[in-house]
Amino acid sequence: MKSAVITFPGSNCDRDMHVALNKFGFKNQMVWHNDNELPKSDLVVLPGGFSYGDYLRCGSMASKSKIMQSVINFAKSGGLVMGICNGFQILVESGLVPGVLLRNRYLEFICKNVFVKIDNKDNPYFKNLNKEVFEFHIAHNEGNYFCTNDQLKEIEDNNQVAIYYCNNNGKTEEKFNPNGSLKNIAGIFNKEKNVLGMMPHPERMIDKSLSGEDGSFFFKNLINNIR
Amino acid sequence: MKVSAIITLKKDVLDPQGKVIHKTLDGMGFKDVNEVRQGKYFEIDVKENDPKKAQKIVEDMCNKLLANLVIENYKIIEIQ
Repeated sequence: MKSAVITFPGSNCDRDMHVALNKFGFKNQMVWHNDNELPKSDLVVLPGGFSYGDYLRCGSMASKSKIMQSVINFAKSGGLVMGICNGFQILVESGLVPGVLLRNRYLEFICKNVFVKIDNKDNPYFKNLNKEVFEFHIAHNEGNYFCTNDQLKEIEDNNQVAIYYCNNNGKTEEKFNPNGSLKNIAGIFNKEKNVLGMMPHPERMIDKSLSGEDGSFFFKNLINNIR
Repeated sequence: MKVSAIITLKKDVLDPQGKVIHKTLDGMGFKDVNEVRQGKYFEIDVKENDPKKAQKIVEDMCNKLLANLVIENYKIIEIQ
């Protein structure tokens, strides 16, 4: 299985993602933002970081990078595109998933482990997972998900919420919401569920002795789903 | 021509920075404030001498990059 991770100027989780993808069996290729064409891939990942220094709005400049037209075409043709953290911000700015990511409610950069609950497994990312609650890491200043009431209705009607912030038992109450996100939303899909954007970093949870293994479950399952 | 545009958050969108500025102003003794909303201001010098065309160009920029229309509005406030 082939994957591609796009490196934008200011990306800093691109190599972590490269390590994670290779560890679980992908043959990953790094792609520079100024390239025109994506290599043949089964999965394209927009990594975390601070692309273009977060100027103007997080992800706004990166969403207009040369490679993004190719990523958008790949997504529109049904290809799997996953955006993590700043990658999620790039996805919303490029219009591949609905909504926006505002500054965190209390204006603080949040860097900690959180629990998220998977709501819907009828998609290529979470299909066949035998667990619902995952411990992932978040590190962001703009992760406060927001969309219009019309968009929210459409998102909920189409089961597009991918993950919610919750506690270790999977309770999705407001007090477990770290950043003020609408309805505790931590990640969403596009309508077709081939594009996934989420704030938490599964690639930081792939080593038992360093962090945790919940990311390992996610990546192992993902590659099996694609095979 | 120099075109000036302001970008503001839509009415229903939470503005945490504006809230903090409001609180700080309050702490400094500015007690007569109802609300503070923070926005962005752009001055763009375009290679176009017709004011209407210059406005169109900057509006196009606002629609495509400078503003995110899910949460923001823009307004061209000056062309000179």
